[in-house]
Amino acid sequence: MATNPKQVVTLTVNGEAHEVLIEGRRTLADVLRENVGLTGTKLGCEHGVCGACTVLLDGSAVRSCLIFAVQAEGAEIATVEGLAEDGKLDHVQQAFTDNHGLQCGFCTAGMLMSVHALLAENPDPTEDEIRVGLNGNLCRCTGYQNIVKSTAAAAAAGKAARSSAQAS
Amino acid sequence: MKPPPFTHHACRSVEEALGLLDADPDGSKVISGGQSLVPMMNLRLASPAHLVDLNPIPGLNGIDVGRGTLTLGATARQHAVERSADVTAAAPLLTAALAHVGHPQIRNRGTVVGSICHADPAAEMPAVFLTLGGEVTAQSAAGTRSIAAEDFFDSYLTTALEPNEIATAVTFNTPNGSSGWHFEEVTRRHGDFAIIGVVALLTLADGRISDARLTIFGGAATPVRLPAVEQLLVGVAAGDVDADLLAQAAREASAALRPGDDIHASGDYRRHVAGVLTARGIRTSLERASARA
Ligand SMILES: Cc1cc2nc3c(=O)[nH]c(=O)nc-3n(C[C@H](O)[C@H](O)[C@H](O)COP(=O)(O)OP(=O)(O)OC[C@H]3O[C@@H](n4cnc5c(N)ncnc54)[C@H](O)[C@@H]3O)c2cc1C
Ligand code: FES
Ligand code: FES
Repeated sequence: MATNPKQVVTLTVNGEAHEVLIEGRRTLADVLRENVGLTGTKLGCEHGVCGACTVLLDGSAVRSCLIFAVQAEGAEIATVEGLAEDGKLDHVQQAFTDNHGLQCGFCTAGMLMSVHALLAENPDPTEDEIRVGLNGNLCRCTGYQNIVKSTAAAAAAGKAARSSAQAS
Repeated sequence: MKPPPFTHHACRSVEEALGLLDADPDGSKVISGGQSLVPMMNLRLASPAHLVDLNPIPGLNGIDVGRGTLTLGATARQHAVERSADVTAAAPLLTAALAHVGHPQIRNRGTVVGSICHADPAAEMPAVFLTLGGEVTAQSAAGTRSIAAEDFFDSYLTTALEPNEIATAVTFNTPNGSSGWHFEEVTRRHGDFAIIGVVALLTLADGRISDARLTIFGGAATPVRLPAVEQLLVGVAAGDVDADLLAQAAREASAALRPGDDIHASGDYRRHVAGVLTARGIRTSLERASARA
């Protein structure tokens, strides 16, 4: 049996540094939820299939159940808690609210983070590109139609915000 | 589930990683992307005492296009390879196949070299490697050796790598001249491992097929080349590849495989589809090769 020492790890989550004392075997998802206290990130399958645990690591969407927290030291981690500002939903969250992109909400944190990563790489995706970009996020409730619609609405909102920023 | 305890080693150099592996080859596991190893640890199908992490090693994520070769370092992520214009120019087949590896979130973390080392028989990267040909650079504390693609895959999840070896890079031969390729797989959903798939690469010289390489994946314990089909094709004029020859190639492909039944498909279905995909692989590769010639 391996010895099981704990180590101090500093995680930067939504721009804030958190020092945690953890075993090497703790996944980033568990440490975010249990040590950092951010329970917005959900765990469904714990083996990479469902996407509920998706967070951004240096801007890329990854499975936080397949990364150990010790591996995330030094990276910028973004979770669903960092999206809203002063209680105001961001444009992706607002699009999901407006378009009924969620029912129970269990998949939503992972969906929102995947949508952010998708739109950062491809701000104006076709419906097909949205479906391919989100095929790693499972939802048991919505049937996906409204998630695709919400994502298209978020893309349109992002585009409108960019052109009004350019105009002003 | 949660993984059992282990000691995580954030390696700063290949030498450090090799030393750790050498000290306890059977109790250690190399981790690169972790997209296959961590699921196995979470399910407690793997329980290494030491996790030898290659990710912090500087300079191991190279993507280098050479003369007739493409070399990928151990920590080159699937996503970075997929997005590299140099890779697409040198080996469009690899770019096309990468889009079928899992999901974007998996490819952001997973590596091409890790997928080849993992050697899942239904995975795309091992089949592409076997088709293009090339070599794995394997390092141990004792030194460095090259393992040719055709000698690398031993069995289900088993390769020619020794437990104390690290694949520091994989070099693919990139096709030149008038060659054409085809990649196709049958899956239940986009992003799944293949139920059955084909990778084809045909080269033309003076209007005749000078080299034929066809690989089926998902049909055996490793990806397999189809020598009987390849022999049928070499030397044949492109214009003589007709429906009869394609049907014969499909029969030879099916006959070369003895896949088993599982929850995804029966062995008979896999054998049949392997033939269909082989014929398509030949046709599309020839079209692409002729367009370039
Ligand atoms: C939901 C999901 C869907 C997926 N779908 C697909 C799919 O459709 N097709 C597909 O091909 N893959 C799929 N994968 C697997 C994914 O492609 C992995 O990234 C890949 O198989 C392994 O690469 P890795 O870098 O993550 O390796 P790791 O998980 O880090 O390692 C895998 C194995 O290889 C060994 N290893 C890794 N690197 C080295 C090295 N440099 N030297 C020696 N040994 C090494 C490790 O010790 C381990 O045994 C999927 C994964 C998930 C979670
Ligand atoms: S909990 Fe991480 S992918 Fe399902
Ligand atoms: S809203 Fe319930 S799982 Fe997606």
